[in-house]
Amino acid sequence: MQKSLKKYFPIFALPTLIAFTIGFIVPFIMGIYLSFCKFTTVTDAKFVGLSNYVKAFADETFGHALWYTAAFTIVSVILINVLAFAVAMLLTKGIRGTNIFRTVFFMPNLIGGIVLGYVWQLLLNGILAQFHKTLTYSSTYGFWGLVILMCWQQIGYMMIIYISGIQNIPGELIEAAKIDGATPGQILKNVTIPMVMPSITICTFLTLTNGFKLFDQNLALTAGEPSNMSELLALNIYSTFYGRTGYEGVGQAKSVIFFILVALIAVIQNKLTRSKEVQQ
Amino acid sequence: MKKRFVSLMLAAAMVATMAAGCGNNSGNSGSKDDASDNKTDTENVDDKEDSSGDDKTASGSGSVYYLNFKPEQGPDWVELAETYTEQTGVPVTVVTAASGEYEKTLKSEMDKSEAPTLFQVNGPVGLASWKDYCYDLKDSAIYKNLKSDDFALIADSGEVQGVAYVIETYGLIYNKKLLADYCALDGAKIKDASEINSFAKLKEVADDIQAKKDELGVNGAFTSPGMDGSSDWRFKTHLANLPIYYEYQADGIETTDAIKGTYLDNYKAIWDLYTTDTTIEPTMLSSATGEDSAAEFAMGEAVFYQNGTWAYNDIKDNEVADEDLGMMPIYIGVDGEENQGLCTGSENYWCVNKNASQEDIDATLAFLEWVITSDEGRTAFRDKMGFVTPFTTFGDDYQPSNPLVAAAQEDIDAGHKTVAWCFTTMPSEEWKNGVGSALLEYAQGTGEWDTVVEKFVDGWATEYKAANEE
Repeated sequence: MQKSLKKYFPIFALPTLIAFTIGFIVPFIMGIYLSFCKFTTVTDAKFVGLSNYVKAFADETFGHALWYTAAFTIVSVILINVLAFAVAMLLTKGIRGTNIFRTVFFMPNLIGGIVLGYVWQLLLNGILAQFHKTLTYSSTYGFWGLVILMCWQQIGYMMIIYISGIQNIPGELIEAAKIDGATPGQILKNVTIPMVMPSITICTFLTLTNGFKLFDQNLALTAGEPSNMSELLALNIYSTFYGRTGYEGVGQAKSVIFFILVALIAVIQNKLTRSKEVQQ
Repeated sequence: MKKRFVSLMLAAAMVATMAAGCGNNSGNSGSKDDASDNKTDTENVDDKEDSSGDDKTASGSGSVYYLNFKPEQGPDWVELAETYTEQTGVPVTVVTAASGEYEKTLKSEMDKSEAPTLFQVNGPVGLASWKDYCYDLKDSAIYKNLKSDDFALIADSGEVQGVAYVIETYGLIYNKKLLADYCALDGAKIKDASEINSFAKLKEVADDIQAKKDELGVNGAFTSPGMDGSSDWRFKTHLANLPIYYEYQADGIETTDAIKGTYLDNYKAIWDLYTTDTTIEPTMLSSATGEDSAAEFAMGEAVFYQNGTWAYNDIKDNEVADEDLGMMPIYIGVDGEENQGLCTGSENYWCVNKNASQEDIDATLAFLEWVITSDEGRTAFRDKMGFVTPFTTFGDDYQPSNPLVAAAQEDIDAGHKTVAWCFTTMPSEEWKNGVGSALLEYAQGTGEWDTVVEKFVDGWATEYKAANEE
């Protein structure tokens, strides 16, 4: 088995490898190279050194987008995970219609981000219109609008992961705790949560990177209005690249910085939660 | 056993994707063959026509790809292109970028091997980023038939980089019937629309209409000055043109690297008027769209609507009758503005892609010549697109029936001095966005007017520097 795997490895892996090279590695290297260039179209670039990075850091909207994204990510990670866990707990208690509830909660995840963005824009503007405000009136509305949207979309997905985690806890552990006289709070804290730690690792990783990379929903919901104040990092990069003449390279530089940032955070987060996981 | 099954499944899935990939490839190559078949077909057609002695199709096997800027006329262009292909066999592709997405679309399309052969820039500033892609149009029919060099973008080296193909006019479109109704009211400030010839008068009338809106059956004097992306250009670009124009006039210049903002108080006055005497609350401005505004005017819910000749397509066939459409200059309270006219100019310039193959360039130039000289092209411009063009080939017979164009002509006939489109000298899109956002925040009460001034004056200098370094 091992031998034949080795023998046929190139045949099976080559197509994927080629696709991965064309679709990921080449654009990635090209992107890094372009971040040191001035260009209008990407095939026609002139090397300019570090000036793009200088401009990127000097750009106030980039700094704003950075902390705005950080704030958004923190809020959405906490809310999504807490709520998803709570829903998962409820839906593993064996109440009637569990499957229907699970399906319904999961559904929003099947709708594309742009569509969701526009739908929620209509909904939220409809409510805000009662107070003679709109979603783009100030970045605070945009922020909470985005949080609500993301919660609605992601809770169902995370819930599924938590449910499978909770269902994997051996019944005898909980039973033993009960016999020992543990309160439901103690069971949750000392049995359930440590046992679903792998799910927590995955879910926080997913919500964290999703929060940082969020683009479609942001574009459709507020498009960064007003004054780029509700712009998350990805959208900021996009509008720098496409929105400003002569700033294509700066957009590229920002995206390299963005990549390093997301990679760094993801690795640290993974290390932190992994260390808390317990072996069964 | 289970493991083996799983690995078997995985392998099968991989082979399936591989097969699918190959399938696609063969599909592609198949269609490529088809395309080349077509190509030889068209060549044959060309050959035939050549032998029959038709000079116009001497352009050979090239094709045309036009990336159109104006969504209003998108379908009309496609139709016109089909007619041309029917007549000559030269394939013409027309793609229209979505409103506000032109630069993005152009940027990605230009990277492709099948790049647009014909594209648009919006003036000298837009040209700056594409000048290296512009074919010299000096010997082209479209340049030779131009009424004046004012309508071409000519580089210092004498190269003709872009040619305007449509002249447009904007101002305050108003509903003649509603304004006449107002004049008939007791205590109306004016007896006839023509009495409005200054900002003071305009404000007096607008304030009064706003006060008597229920009597008149309207929701406001002006349509909503929405600051959504579909509408904000009316204020951050078109309205901002007026203070810039007057400053250029006062200083005797045509462009500048640093604006002084001499007439910004006037800009504030007219913006205040727009946002006060209107149909919606200022806090709702950020989401109000261009369609909202057009609809309010078309349904007779407001008297004044700042927009241009191109807006006719959006407002016709509604409550407002064609004969009730009038257009007056946008008065901002500058001395001597009684003689101010409407704002006329162009921000639609055709450029031909230098990097396209020579056949494609020739085909593109031939197509453009056909558009401005043939009956089909000219009638399409007149009847469907409603364009006023700067070409000599369009005689009096080929003027569109657009009542707003007629209103613009009336204004010129009345001896008013046309306001030039100075906004093509605005340093960058970023500058416009800065001013637009500041305007919005000022209007909805979350910002100060000082920010607008700062974005306008300081922003101009920094953006000019950023756009023109190296």
